[in-house]
Amino acid sequence: MITLGHFLALGAVLFCISVAGIFINRKNVIVLLMCIELMLLAVNINFVAFSRFLGDVSGQIFVFFILTVAAAEAAIGLAILVTLFRNTRTINVAELDSLKG
Amino acid sequence: MISMNTLLVIALAPLVGSIIAGFFGKQVGRAGAHWVTILGVAVSCALSVQVLYQLVVQHADPFNQNIYTFFQVGGYSAHVGFMVDNLSAMMMVVVTFVSLLVHVYTIGYMADDPAYQRFFSYISLFTFSMLMLVMSNNFLQLFFGWEAVGLVSYLLIGFWYKRPTAIFANLKAFLVNRVGDFGFLLGIAGVLAWIGTLDYATAFTHASNAELTGTFSLWSGQISLFGHTWQVMSSAVEVQIISFICICLFIGAMGKSAQVPLHVWLPDSMEGPTPISALIHAATMVTAGIFMVARMSPLFEQSEAALAFVLFIGATTALFTGLIGIVQNDIKRVVAYSTLSQLGYMTVALGVSAYSAAVFHLMTHAFFKALLFLAAGSVIMGMHHQQDMRKMGGLRKYMPITYITSLIGTLALVGTPFFSGYYSKDTIIVAAGEAAKTGGWVQTYGYWAVLLGVFVTAFYSFRLLYLTFHGKERFRDVAAHQAPHGHDAHHDAHGQDEHRSDGHDDHGHQGPVEPHESPKVVTLPLILLAIPSLLIGFFTVGPMLFGDFFRGAIEVLPANDTVTAAAKTLWHDHDGPVMAALRFGAHAIESPVFWLAFGGFALATFLYLFRPDLATRMRASRVGAFFTRILENKYGFDDLWIKGFAGGGIKLGRIAWKRGDAGLIDGVLVNGSAVLVDRVAGVLRQVQTGRLYNYAFAMILGLIVLLAVLVKTVGA
Amino acid sequence: MSYELAAFWAFATVTVVAALGVILARNPVHAVLSLVLAFFSTACLWLLLQAEFLGVVLVLVYIGAVMVLFLFVVMMLDINTTPLREGFVGYLPLTGAVVVVMAAEMVILIGSKRFEVTLPASDPAAALGKSNIQWIGETLFSKYILPFEIAAVILTVALIVAVMLTLRRRPGTKHQDASRQVAVKRDDRVRLVKVASEPRQEDKP
Repeated sequence: MITLGHFLALGAVLFCISVAGIFINRKNVIVLLMCIELMLLAVNINFVAFSRFLGDVSGQIFVFFILTVAAAEAAIGLAILVTLFRNTRTINVAELDSLKG
Repeated sequence: MISMNTLLVIALAPLVGSIIAGFFGKQVGRAGAHWVTILGVAVSCALSVQVLYQLVVQHADPFNQNIYTFFQVGGYSAHVGFMVDNLSAMMMVVVTFVSLLVHVYTIGYMADDPAYQRFFSYISLFTFSMLMLVMSNNFLQLFFGWEAVGLVSYLLIGFWYKRPTAIFANLKAFLVNRVGDFGFLLGIAGVLAWIGTLDYATAFTHASNAELTGTFSLWSGQISLFGHTWQVMSSAVEVQIISFICICLFIGAMGKSAQVPLHVWLPDSMEGPTPISALIHAATMVTAGIFMVARMSPLFEQSEAALAFVLFIGATTALFTGLIGIVQNDIKRVVAYSTLSQLGYMTVALGVSAYSAAVFHLMTHAFFKALLFLAAGSVIMGMHHQQDMRKMGGLRKYMPITYITSLIGTLALVGTPFFSGYYSKDTIIVAAGEAAKTGGWVQTYGYWAVLLGVFVTAFYSFRLLYLTFHGKERFRDVAAHQAPHGHDAHHDAHGQDEHRSDGHDDHGHQGPVEPHESPKVVTLPLILLAIPSLLIGFFTVGPMLFGDFFRGAIEVLPANDTVTAAAKTLWHDHDGPVMAALRFGAHAIESPVFWLAFGGFALATFLYLFRPDLATRMRASRVGAFFTRILENKYGFDDLWIKGFAGGGIKLGRIAWKRGDAGLIDGVLVNGSAVLVDRVAGVLRQVQTGRLYNYAFAMILGLIVLLAVLVKTVGA
Repeated sequence: MSYELAAFWAFATVTVVAALGVILARNPVHAVLSLVLAFFSTACLWLLLQAEFLGVVLVLVYIGAVMVLFLFVVMMLDINTTPLREGFVGYLPLTGAVVVVMAAEMVILIGSKRFEVTLPASDPAAALGKSNIQWIGETLFSKYILPFEIAAVILTVALIVAVMLTLRRRPGTKHQDASRQVAVKRDDRVRLVKVASEPRQEDKP
């Protein structure tokens, strides 16, 4: 039987994979943005699972909003990426260190 | 009745003269400056004589009133007030008379000096300050006058301020005085604290309060630091209150009246022009300490310990500074050490409770010492600023008036019978002898010191006379050497008026100097001072010492009254004061004092008149050179103060500067903290890589920690 | 193993593999496509949970719009792909360790109890007699109407921001600047010049 734990474990695994992705990816800002989407996905899975198992609709409504905001954030993030690329001609994360102390 | 206005005029006339000469010196010109100051001081002198006359002849009541309230703080009000009784009146007359003569003398002595008006302003200001000191009726005004005379002394010693030696001397005088003033202030504070008032009249009536003879704890015997207390002494250090107050007040007198060890400034003060050496450092300022102790006799009489301290210091000064005078070659220095020695005599008199004798000696000494200084100044002028006695000699032919007045002054100084110095000195010595009969080792030491001092005084005084006025004319030998340079060679040419009066043509500095007598403005004061040096002792010894001149002004406990005891030997007035004074003089033959003085005279005559080569050989011999070196080093006191205290202070300051300020505060605290911040920041900035994945890593690490905490608390 | 469990395992595996593919792909286009696959299989999972609305919305909005956007950008940017994968392996051990620790912690936190909570018999929406979308809609438009409107505002703002950030004006194109047009003053347009009058050049007599 599918239990709540399965879904939660899946969410945890996805989250950890995306965190790993942020660390090991040092060359591509786009992959960074995609890892963020993965994180949000993991969270969404958790919400939907809880909503189904506990019978509360709020979980799914929250996912709705998360989707909205994630879309907006992806759009803006990509716009920033484009501007960055236009100015620096690179999307290498390792080269974005102008905030270095 | 003494009127307040008279006293105000006495005090303020010199001040007015000083202000006009000082601020409007250019407008009034040289003649205007000296006329206005002389007028001021002359008015003061005349009125002082009148006040004295009123007090002595007309038996007026002493004057004691507050003139003006300066401020009121809490329970204490500070006044400007005058107390004029016989003691103050006598001092006023002495101060104004000597000041007047010095003013007149200065017209001649400083004739060429560009700062002529400034000098007159200063000496008039000094007269004002001294009068305020003497006429004061409370400790605060006394202290004002005290400081003011110290200040004017500083200004006058360093009158030729472009000379480094003068500046060194005036600073030395002021700072040594300051050390004394520290004690003085403690004494005044003690009076205020334990007696409750700074008014003389009230303080003196309370002086015999029982609580003052009790003790207070000067130091509890513990040291507390950072919360820990260590018991250093087994019990607290208890000091008798009145002794403490009197000793502190006397420390002030030690500074002002140049007692050992605070005497070091007086010889250096000879850097100033000779008129001020006469006025300030012989007759008036240095006697302020003596006057103060005499004024405070009601307080001092209550404390045996303080009197013993005074006696010891005075005796040491009297004998040992006189010894230094034997080896000096500068004519002014000899007279300076003589002054120190005589101040020691006055202090000894104070120490044996012979206050009237001390004040009497103060008066006579003022006259003959001022005379000796002014005569020395006259010699210096006549020798074209040569001050070294080794380059003088045989001057009595060229400067007769100066010679005769110097002789009179010297005879008075050594205590020749019937001259004024004899009466005052002899009384002191006999009084000291009376005290030694009943006292302890201090009194015996005091008696022997003043006794031996008579020999020393006679010796150096006649040495000065012979070297300067008798013997070979050594100034002619200088022709082969460089032009004589004196210590006050501030102006190269002499005043025109002197030459006009003598009819001399101008001299050059290339040939031997031809000494000449000084002009009348110089010799007249000498004559006017010689007269009291000769006569005043004879006529005033009776009433002042053995009469009731000082009754009410000076208080002596009957048990301590050495003057009355001395009177038994010295004063037999069954047929009138004149006969008694003659008898007193004749008594000299039977006292050891006279023979000691004669012995000093004889030795000096032998060594310096008949066999001067012997004197030089003795000085150069091994033993002679050894003692001469000690005396020339002034027993090391100058080294103690200059290298020891001042040098130590400078070293401490240097350490505080280099290690403390520059090293510790600048280096460690200020720069060090900046460097520390820099280093820490340099380490911390490694965290800021600017790279996203490093920041994300940090965040995740934090998240892991949080999760771990959650795991622990919530559990599986 | 019931049908649902098998389906769950299948979809879950695909999701995880696709996620790994996102982070390990060499080619960024491959990475984007892997992400698309991950989203798709997640949508399938949600359908398993009878959250149809969200599953469809995920496919339509997320994959259809956001991932396409990603693809646009990836293809638009002229990226030199070869240097992208250098130095990859060095960070792997530390990262792997951190990630494993994190995953372990999370699983511990999930705890064994959650693995016993089974699906309720019926879908909560159906229990109420509504469809999933009706269930969501009723609560969304009544209780959560304000967040709904705010979400709309967020989207509008995102739109404007995206335009603002990337708009480029090319030289040589003419366009109107309304604010400058309105700020014009008389002196910019009209200049009065005094010219001395000249006699009219008539035919000379």
